[in-house]
Amino acid sequence: MIPVDYYIILSAILFVIGVLGVLIRRNALIIFMSIELMLNAANLAIVAFGSVIKSFDGQIFVFFVIAVAAAEVAVGLALIVEIFKSKRSIDVDQMSSLKG
Amino acid sequence: MTLDLALFLLLALIAIASALGMLLSKNAVYSALYLVLNFVTVAVFYLLLGAPFIAMAQITVYAGAIMVLFLFVIMLLGTDELPKSQVLPWQRPLAIVLSVLLAAEATFLLVTKARPAGNVLQPDESVNTMENLRQLGMLLFTDYLLPFEVVSILLLVAMVGAIILTKKEKGAR
Repeated sequence: MIPVDYYIILSAILFVIGVLGVLIRRNALIIFMSIELMLNAANLAIVAFGSVIKSFDGQIFVFFVIAVAAAEVAVGLALIVEIFKSKRSIDVDQMSSLKG
Repeated sequence: MTLDLALFLLLALIAIASALGMLLSKNAVYSALYLVLNFVTVAVFYLLLGAPFIAMAQITVYAGAIMVLFLFVIMLLGTDELPKSQVLPWQRPLAIVLSVLLAAEATFLLVTKARPAGNVLQPDESVNTMENLRQLGMLLFTDYLLPFEVVSILLLVAMVGAIILTKKEKGAR
């Protein structure tokens, strides 16, 4: 028997680690992975709340989030590869111009 | 301490440690592998929460497909370590302080204000996997049919978009 609070606290910690990753890393790929981590933390909270109220809606919602995350990764990684082709670097500090 | 709680704490420790490993690794390949470990522990949490379908989807889509894509791109772009940033030297300590504040704030608000009464699934209420799948399938193709179809179009658009973005333009460059 685990109180739902524990799951929520774990989810908050994982989310904050993701935020920290976006803020302090300069590698675009690692920033992207941190975004995935944040999505996962939110999913965990949704499933935990759904489990408390004994509803399947939470699981359905997480299913959609996973599908959208897959689409996001495909497009995002394509963008990173394109940026690397033009800048020869995936350091986000280099991406300071609007023109490619 | 019950077995359930011990299992939860062990898994939580692994999840946080692997997330920190992802954050702190110098090599992007190690980061990706730590993230795979994190996704697998989250899948085990889904099993503990009585969501076997989501757990399996997590492993196949996240730990499988998405991370393979990540590793592929890391291999493609090389794993050279980036030079230390000199653009914003004060950003790192400020980010750490603000993140700790955010964690405290989120935990406080979620636990005190948004708290649904009660515990997650009890261990004696075992989840029937087939029943879970049947219920999810029924919901997905009745109440949630429109979002389901929209997601299929979204995946198609993402696929076409990724191909268009990385395609070599004729005659360019």
